[in-house]
Amino acid sequence: MTKEILRIEKLNKFYDKRQVLFNIDFSIKQGEVLALLGPSGSGKSTLIRCLNGLEHFSSGNLFFAGKKLVPTEKNWQRLRQKIGMVFQSYDLFPNLNVLDNILLGPTKVQKKNHDQAKQEAISLLQRIGLTDYTAAYPRQLSGGQKQRIAIVRALALHPELMLFDEVTASLDPEMVRGVLEIIKELSEKDNMTMIIVTHEMNFAEQIADRVLFLDDGHVLEETDGKQFFVNAQTKRAREFLESMKF
Amino acid sequence: MDLTVIQAAIPKFVAGFKLTLWMSFTGILGSLIVGLLCSLVQYFKVPVISKVFTGYVELARNTPLLIQLFFLYYAFPVIGWKMSAETCGFVGLTFLGGSYMAEAFSGGFAGIAPNQIDAGKAIGMNQFQLARYVVFPQGLSLSVPALAANVIFLIKETSIFSVIAIPELTNTALDLIGIYYRSNEYLLMLVIAYAIILIPLSIILTILERRVRYGSFGN
Repeated sequence: MTKEILRIEKLNKFYDKRQVLFNIDFSIKQGEVLALLGPSGSGKSTLIRCLNGLEHFSSGNLFFAGKKLVPTEKNWQRLRQKIGMVFQSYDLFPNLNVLDNILLGPTKVQKKNHDQAKQEAISLLQRIGLTDYTAAYPRQLSGGQKQRIAIVRALALHPELMLFDEVTASLDPEMVRGVLEIIKELSEKDNMTMIIVTHEMNFAEQIADRVLFLDDGHVLEETDGKQFFVNAQTKRAREFLESMKF
Repeated sequence: MDLTVIQAAIPKFVAGFKLTLWMSFTGILGSLIVGLLCSLVQYFKVPVISKVFTGYVELARNTPLLIQLFFLYYAFPVIGWKMSAETCGFVGLTFLGGSYMAEAFSGGFAGIAPNQIDAGKAIGMNQFQLARYVVFPQGLSLSVPALAANVIFLIKETSIFSVIAIPELTNTALDLIGIYYRSNEYLLMLVIAYAIILIPLSIILTILERRVRYGSFGN
């Protein structure tokens, strides 16, 4: 039996009095790819941000590798080293060059040996074909390059789970492919466990083992990846898929 | 206008000039340390202390330096705290400047994109690491224009030290006028002396601001 990485039970989230997530339950196993799909404002991004504590959920439980998280700031800090996250707006540190962006986590947070971390960073950069850019600053890079670096920055911590929050949404169309290919390779070659929020339906169809479809903060359905795109269970999901076609 | 009067007063003005520079330097250094500490505590909303610091900033910014100095120099000895005039000047300027510097740093920190904080948290940084590697370096370059304005402001404020008899530039000039009644010469020397400090400094700070603005930034 494959190991369960993350499980969420009865997660609720309020902004003041307004409830934005309702009784969310799901779990993800080692090596699985879970896609969070749904219309804008359905709570996908809020949910994925709750999974590493960037948003605090109001009630519910989170289990990581079978252990229940006591949601103190200290525990979140420890857990975030095992959960990599990549954002829509890349958010590299603009005052640091590429190499230092990648090394900040391993050397300053995880206190790894600098030379060893550097070796690793360079081999990660090799994988994404950006070894020539170690000394470049984020402002000198294209959106696609920045996003690939951001993925490497997260991978440098050796996470057990990766969260991708609309990582291609602000990229030029021709940049999207390179980023998606890296994510796909991570799943296929490294067997990385991933939760992905995306509007790229073709990509989700190719990569997702399972789909969680959200609408208005509720999980409307949880369906096998291949199944969802050909035969979604709910009318709302079918309408959503239809609206994404052009 | 009598050049011999000016010539004779030069040594006294040089002494006052040096003291103004020294008092400015120490007071500004103190202000930067207090301001930075204050703004970091406020930025991370450290319980209790951040409230105390907010109270301090409001008090210091909303009372005149003149009155603060009177307090230090005349009122504190009543409760048994006697300080030399120079120490009062240093404490007073740091007290006032610290609050202005705190506001300048806070303004810079507030300008950091919230996403940057998320990015730092996402790689597992604790509060201290966030301050050290994200908030401080990025906020600092955003605060430079306001910090530079405060440096100029605080140097000019040292002229108020004359009321507690610190022999800096203004006190020196007023003293000389009181003795010799040559206000034209001494006031001219006073203006020139401040200009010698402030104009070059102002130019240097403008260059620094531009450096930082066009430096390593842009996401």
